Amino acid sequence: MSTIAAISTGQAAGGIGIVRISGENALSVADRIFKSVSGLKLKELSGYRAALGTVFLEEKPVDEAIATVFRAPKSYTGEDVVELSCHGGLYVTRQVLRAALSAGAVAAEPGEFTKRAFLNGKMDLTKAEAVMSIISAQGEQAKAAALGTLDGLLYRKISGVSGELKGLAASLSAWVDYPDEEIEDLPDEKILSVLESAKTSLADLIARFDCGRAVLEGVDTAIVGKPNVGKSTLMNLLTGTEKSIVTDIAGTTRDIVEETAVVGGVVLRLCDTAGLRETEDKVESIGVARAKQKLETATLILVVFDASAPLEEQDEALFPLCKEKHAIAIVNKTDLSAKLDTKILDTVFNKVVYISAKENNGLQSLEQAIAEVLGTAAFDSSAATLMNERQLACCSAALDSVNEAHDALSAGVTRDAVQVCVDSAIESLDTLTGERATESVVNEIFSRFCVGK
Amino acid sequence: MQYFAKQYDVAVIGAGHAGIEAGLAAARLGCSTIVFTINLDWIGNMPCNPSIGGTSKGHLVREIDALGGEMGKAADKTEIQSRMLNRGKGPAVHSLRAQIDRREYSKYMKHALEKQENLDVKQAEIVDLTRDSEGLWHLTTRLEAEYTAKCVVLATGTFLGGRIYIGDVSYESGPDGMFPATALSAALYKLEIPLRRFKTGTPARVNRRSIDFSVLEVQKGDEATVPFSFDTETPPENKADCYIAYTNEETKRVILENIHTSPLYSGKIHGVGPRYCPSFEDKIMRFPDKQRHQLFVEPCGLDTEELYLQGMSSSLPEAVQLKFLRTIKGLEHVEVMRTAYAIEYDCVDPLALRPSLEFLDLPGLFGAGQFNGSSGYEEAAAQGLIAGINAARRVQGKDPLILDRASSYIGTLIDDLVTKGCSDPYRMMTSRSEYRLLLRQDNADLRLTDIGREIGLVGDEKYARFVHKREQIEAERRRVLATSVPLTDELQALLVSRETSPLKSGVKLEELLKRPQLDYACLAPFDPARPDYPPEVFEQVEIELKYEGYIKRQKAQIREMRRLESKQIPEDICYDTIDGLRLEAREKLGKIRPQNVGQASRISGVSPADVSVLLIYLAKEGV
Repeated sequence: MSTIAAISTGQAAGGIGIVRISGENALSVADRIFKSVSGLKLKELSGYRAALGTVFLEEKPVDEAIATVFRAPKSYTGEDVVELSCHGGLYVTRQVLRAALSAGAVAAEPGEFTKRAFLNGKMDLTKAEAVMSIISAQGEQAKAAALGTLDGLLYRKISGVSGELKGLAASLSAWVDYPDEEIEDLPDEKILSVLESAKTSLADLIARFDCGRAVLEGVDTAIVGKPNVGKSTLMNLLTGTEKSIVTDIAGTTRDIVEETAVVGGVVLRLCDTAGLRETEDKVESIGVARAKQKLETATLILVVFDASAPLEEQDEALFPLCKEKHAIAIVNKTDLSAKLDTKILDTVFNKVVYISAKENNGLQSLEQAIAEVLGTAAFDSSAATLMNERQLACCSAALDSVNEAHDALSAGVTRDAVQVCVDSAIESLDTLTGERATESVVNEIFSRFCVGK
Repeated sequence: MQYFAKQYDVAVIGAGHAGIEAGLAAARLGCSTIVFTINLDWIGNMPCNPSIGGTSKGHLVREIDALGGEMGKAADKTEIQSRMLNRGKGPAVHSLRAQIDRREYSKYMKHALEKQENLDVKQAEIVDLTRDSEGLWHLTTRLEAEYTAKCVVLATGTFLGGRIYIGDVSYESGPDGMFPATALSAALYKLEIPLRRFKTGTPARVNRRSIDFSVLEVQKGDEATVPFSFDTETPPENKADCYIAYTNEETKRVILENIHTSPLYSGKIHGVGPRYCPSFEDKIMRFPDKQRHQLFVEPCGLDTEELYLQGMSSSLPEAVQLKFLRTIKGLEHVEVMRTAYAIEYDCVDPLALRPSLEFLDLPGLFGAGQFNGSSGYEEAAAQGLIAGINAARRVQGKDPLILDRASSYIGTLIDDLVTKGCSDPYRMMTSRSEYRLLLRQDNADLRLTDIGREIGLVGDEKYARFVHKREQIEAERRRVLATSVPLTDELQALLVSRETSPLKSGVKLEELLKRPQLDYACLAPFDPARPDYPPEVFEQVEIELKYEGYIKRQKAQIREMRRLESKQIPEDICYDTIDGLRLEAREKLGKIRPQNVGQASRISGVSPADVSVLLIYLAKEGV
């Protein structure tokens, strides 16, 4: 059977989240996305062994995680299983799942782990009865959920794309199946243009998935900076509480302080972190290490600088850590006399915002900057959005097939191969919306082309 | 006077394309077999196109041949023009099509039946069919002879309850002026077979002397022809031409002015017509923006002046037909020899059949061809072959032969019919096969000869030839993998002229053949040690190399599909007692009664969740 993956912990915020991968390729899928600290491959581990390491998505670290290996038949499903225990939070857990899906696993259907467990003899008869009703209920639930979206924007958007592709498939099929009829031989450019438009729409949907998540579930945000630049003041300002203790003593915040705030229409899960510096203090140094870790996993980073002091080595040490991240430089304490050379900040960060957290100045421009950096400024919440990982997986599979069709045509491969790629893109999209593929193409041919003896 | 005539293992009702293959297969597998036909002079008649093959139908013919059927050989012997369609569109969709001398074909087939050991062929109309308490089938002819058979194949075509419509004239008739089978439907109703009415049609036949060919486009056969059958050694000759003509605004006007005289549009015909084969008036009504329609003028044979007008199927009154035909350039003085007609006939809802083509509820009774709701000679022959094989296997107590979708177009055709059913006559199309990059007409022998051999329809000689070819293909694959081609200026020049990237060093021959821009022919100068194999060996190796990536992916899909296909569902399963199945799924599964979970998953209205429930139920029951 295919190798499947899903989030196995509840779909609510929690301490840890587990992504479970099961199937004959579970270990190799996991090895593709997980690098252990010890350098050992999971394939080399025996059953019931665990390893600490990092999960990567598109070669970027997502989270630190513990991978636990179960060897068939001694696992829940009776197959090879890897469980990746990562830090809680839906966002991170979902990223880990996406990594697994992009490494060759397919999204598990509702109840599929249990189904496999049963099929592999890991469950007794009475349990099986229960499982059947659960699967059935989940099927109904999924159907109801799907119907909700089917009416809506996503359905129309996906149907739009698959409609275009079906039109293309029908043209190609009619051209092939009725060679004696006067059916237009589509020029390559026309086919490429349909494929490109499908590509754009699908890529857009996939890109918006993250953005939509940001709007719906919030964005992990780290407030970082060297000690005593006003991180906690900013935190309190954004959340409107006094959660972070503010003193003028550098190193006051020693652990991560978390709070949720709505800023610029986006939910930010803010983490105030310990000021980053070399320190002899044992407690503070743990805080600093955690702050650095947070910096790696956060989606948005607010880097705070002190306008009243010149740039120090400790400030500059942050620059490389912010690369390829959504990072905003916040120059605080603009109420004091300016000693900071901000030119260099403009070259490192694509957004620099000037505020005085103490005097409540510049908050508006910060809100605007956050919305722009996250893309939520342009995010139209009334536009079609993919709702879950399954839909994302279907959409990604469709995009892959469209790309393959595109490559085949560009490389001069004959149209029969192009057609098969287009068909599988349609199938992926029809799987998303619950329709079936081959028949729909055939129906399209007869409705659009005048063919026959 | 009633009398008992004879007992057989297998009786086939009908000697069209389905009946022929069914009868030959059963007899060749050692069963005493009888084939009944209403008219002995028209065995294997082509009441419509005088041609065999075409897109995806050419695939079917080659598959029939690989399994040991007759159609391909008969077509090779009697063809008068041969074309490989879709050259340049990719090997998966290449399809062979041949113009056939219709009378010669019929003569060939009649003789093939007559010569066949174990086979009797008899002119008789079957008027009654019953099953006794022992499960033996009794067939009664119009002349009151009674025959018995362990298995019966219904291959009644458009004869069953046939009724012809031309304008406001309608009468009971079989095709081409033959008698219809008027009594058998009542017997089938008594057996509770779900019959329904389908409709098809055919264009007029005209006299060659009445056409001005100087204003028509000529369509010639291929210069290098290819036979259908893997057994035919000499390529067939082109002996005749076809022509292309066009309708115009005037033709359209005549149709529109007279549309009220059409039995279809006036509501006289209730049968469902094929979407892929609309009448000409249908085309005008459905595609009003189309300025002109193409028609093909095709010879019906070498010793006749009769020509077939492909594209001009009609059921308008004779006078209107003549009027619209004469608006066509080159046909201004056309003389019609046979008038176009629509024909309505009884056929079965194929959901009542198993993938073996045996009825779900009537052991020993099989259906094939148009009777099963399909259309086309090739589709009919394919089903006839399978029905005949399975009737024989049933007699011999063997498991039926079921070809899955990944094995062949034949398997796809039958699975579509018995799993999805059809709401109009079913025509094969390449787009119906999801595995079409693998199911090519060029490799039908590689896919199916072993199966034909195992069943017992492929003789020693044919099999030895096949094994030899397969060994050559394997040897050539190994050779291109091992052969290095040094980098020379000439090679570089070839690559540049073919617009493919130049090389930095020498490469394996395999790498060059993989490039879409290169082929065996152009690489000949750089491959001096090339062995002397027949062209189809090189063709096979080249296609497999060029499409390797796609083929690999399709093979992976097939492995996935076959996993579900291997999970059998017991005959006596009761879907009503399975908790968790949705109502719609329960009804559909109960009606179609799929053989395995794979087939169940393709039924419309059965969701993936239903399939899961089914899988668990089966596992629980220890199946």
